[in-house]
Amino acid sequence: MSSALPPNRGTVALNVLGPILAVLAALLVGAVIMLFSGQDPIAAYRALLNGAFNGRRAIAETLIYTAPLLLGGLAFAVAYRASLFNIGIEGQLVIGGLAAGLVGASDLGLPTALHLPLALVAAALAGGVWGAIPGALRAFTGAHEVITTIMLNYLAYRLINFTIQSLGDWLPVDSMFQATERVLPSARLPTVLEGTRLHAGIVIAVVCAIALWYLLFRMSFGFKVRTVGLSRGAANYSGISWRGIFVLAMAISGLLAGLAGAGEALGLHGRHYAVPPGYGFTAIAVGLVGRNHPIAIIPAALLFGVLNAGALAMQDEAGVSSEIVLVLQGLVILAVAAFAAANRIPGLRRLATPRLST
Amino acid sequence: MQPMSTPVLASGNIPFAVQMHDIVKRFPGGVVANDGITLDVRQGEIHALLGENGAGKSTLMNILFGIHAADRGNIFVNGRQTAFRGPREAVDAGLGMVHQHFMLIPRFTVTENVILGSEGDAVVLDREDASRRVRELAHQYKLDVDPDAKLGDLPVGTQQRVEILRALYQGSRVLILDEPTALLTPQEVEDLYGVLNRLKEDGGTIIFITHKLREIAAISDRVTVIRRGTTVGTRNTAETTPAELAELMVGREVNFKVDKTAGSPGETVLTGENLVVNGHHGHKHLDIDHIELHRGEILGVCGVEGNGQSWLVEVLSGIRNPDGGTVMLRGKDVTGANPNTFRDHGLSYIPEDRHNRGLVLDFPLWENVLLGNAWHEPFTSGGRINRAATRQITTGIMQEFDVRAPGPDVTARTLSGGNQQKLIIARELYRDPDVLLAIQPTRGLDVGAIEFVHRQIINARDKGKAVLVLSFDLDEVLDLSDRLVVLYGGRIVGNFRAGEISRTELGLLMGGRAIHE
Repeated sequence: MSSALPPNRGTVALNVLGPILAVLAALLVGAVIMLFSGQDPIAAYRALLNGAFNGRRAIAETLIYTAPLLLGGLAFAVAYRASLFNIGIEGQLVIGGLAAGLVGASDLGLPTALHLPLALVAAALAGGVWGAIPGALRAFTGAHEVITTIMLNYLAYRLINFTIQSLGDWLPVDSMFQATERVLPSARLPTVLEGTRLHAGIVIAVVCAIALWYLLFRMSFGFKVRTVGLSRGAANYSGISWRGIFVLAMAISGLLAGLAGAGEALGLHGRHYAVPPGYGFTAIAVGLVGRNHPIAIIPAALLFGVLNAGALAMQDEAGVSSEIVLVLQGLVILAVAAFAAANRIPGLRRLATPRLST
Repeated sequence: MQPMSTPVLASGNIPFAVQMHDIVKRFPGGVVANDGITLDVRQGEIHALLGENGAGKSTLMNILFGIHAADRGNIFVNGRQTAFRGPREAVDAGLGMVHQHFMLIPRFTVTENVILGSEGDAVVLDREDASRRVRELAHQYKLDVDPDAKLGDLPVGTQQRVEILRALYQGSRVLILDEPTALLTPQEVEDLYGVLNRLKEDGGTIIFITHKLREIAAISDRVTVIRRGTTVGTRNTAETTPAELAELMVGREVNFKVDKTAGSPGETVLTGENLVVNGHHGHKHLDIDHIELHRGEILGVCGVEGNGQSWLVEVLSGIRNPDGGTVMLRGKDVTGANPNTFRDHGLSYIPEDRHNRGLVLDFPLWENVLLGNAWHEPFTSGGRINRAATRQITTGIMQEFDVRAPGPDVTARTLSGGNQQKLIIARELYRDPDVLLAIQPTRGLDVGAIEFVHRQIINARDKGKAVLVLSFDLDEVLDLSDRLVVLYGGRIVGNFRAGEISRTELGLLMGGRAIHE
């Protein structure tokens, strides 16, 4: 009769401490790997942290990496909450970036108060549509989103190449630079830390995280998304159209990815480059490490931002190949997945559950 | 090594076929499934093993059959101490098990299924010889079955005979049947009883697992009752009463006779006309001319599973848009509308599948109460969830309906089946509906919870709600209903007032035969 129920506090502690322990375990294994390859892990980690946090510029660079990863992680999470696996964040991100770059580079005679929002909305819409397509395909034809999003990634790359190569007569693109024309000052994201390249993309990302949390956990729309994600049968039973939710969740996912692309185009580079940055794939890991919870994804994105930003310093100062950062990222993903899996197996739960003295 | 203890002879010197003494079995995670169970089965008797869901019946039999190992205790088969390390050894010792869900291969013929596992080492299988031996065996025990038929084409009752035949073919003298009547029509149950009695006359021993009291009286010689993993008593069936057995099983006095006054049917609140759901090749899953529900009346829908029940429910609840016909709720045509429109017009629905429909197991209880309510005050306003209000409502209905859980924030997964069902009923009745669809409302629940659920359904009727009860448990439908319809092949083949028709006649209709055939 009496099933032992963990108190709520314990569950929260488990969800918070579990991933932290997983990350520490991954760093430990990483250290062992460095030892075996004849390198000094302590020096390497010191250099990594220096590169990520030592000084305004270092912090700015870390946050510059963090912003698109955070938005991408959120994009992954919202689809995942509806039980969809969005592998197309990269494509949605670059399509959003292209839209932002084109609108931002167009001389519309608008003041910043209008031009910048217009460019952001264009990116969100373009990414949203690019995300909604696989959502609709899944909902109405059953075509699996993992396949269609990957296909749409390649379509996105080709579309951007075509736009930049061939549409120079009509659109503000520069085929020499393989990019859009420079974004006009009226559409640039403002710098938020003086003397650095840190743009307002990080602010947009954090606001989006809080907004998505509110949407998922406080609004009835989010309740519907989560119901569809956990039980299509219960959704049918309670009159929730899972098809509609599939389309909308993927649209929101694409929208967030599109904003990530806009941050790069309107903030960091001041134009959209045709070469895909790859953030869309790291974002999957960010979402998973953050357990697909919008607030938890903030530290997860920061972690990956630190690893990216510190990688070069690690190579320069400690002579450890920056590639080791990729190994560390892989280890973090493995460790978090292992902790999550262990949590489901009763015999292992005690091992995976941190003991609390309270 | 376990200490040896000597098997005891039964009174009258009838030897025991199976003895299980002080069996203890703990599962990882601390669940004690068997906590000192003792069971003595005499040779040549039909011995019923009675207990609620989760009492430990199946675990005990799995230990006997070598599927699980006991942590403690002694087992004797025909007086010899045993501890089978797997079903193979149990079969070799003369035990046979008929599982609740048959372990048969639908694409194989009857003969192939029967000889499966004892086909021998010969490189080429002598099908004709095998088929002949199966036919002889079937004839010997009057188990009417065609050895060359494909198993998947046979009705459930016949498939069960194939399972029994297989056990006999393997040389079983002790047959264990795990809830064998769960999927059978009343006629098939009668046939099964006949088969079991013939096996008994032939000197076979039968262990019959059940939680239905009616079956104890009908078939068993003796009955052992277990509750929460311990034996609470063994009785001679002739010397006990259903009331005593129920009390032993539940641990308190049980009012298992549903007690209700005659209904007073009022106006019609739900009508279905010419409802059709098309299947493949011109076949119709559902083809119903007329069905209606009245205030203050319980309409029972009986029939063997797979005769259109789920289509009927989906159409009446708005989950499925019928291919033809209309559904009227309180005088409004709601055909083709969303389930929420049905809810807005006063329909509540206790679904047949708690885990995949009625609840989201990983949601906390209060979010489960939101299911179907997420568009309405006071649960939500302006697209926002009113968490405090919903929690408060949840706490309230948990008290009112005796949902035992630490609070509204635990997940539905942590609740027992009975408490999960109570939560669903509480949620569906909270809206104060005009129509209540109760689909298999007590499936998998124990006696105490069943009593509670039945009480709530009758209360709803007495408050003037129109109730539809659909169940594959004929007794449940008969106990609750004021009016009955029988579904067969997607059609309504009978429509009666309660008491107008006997169980036998209902059984014939459910099997697709006319009453006066």
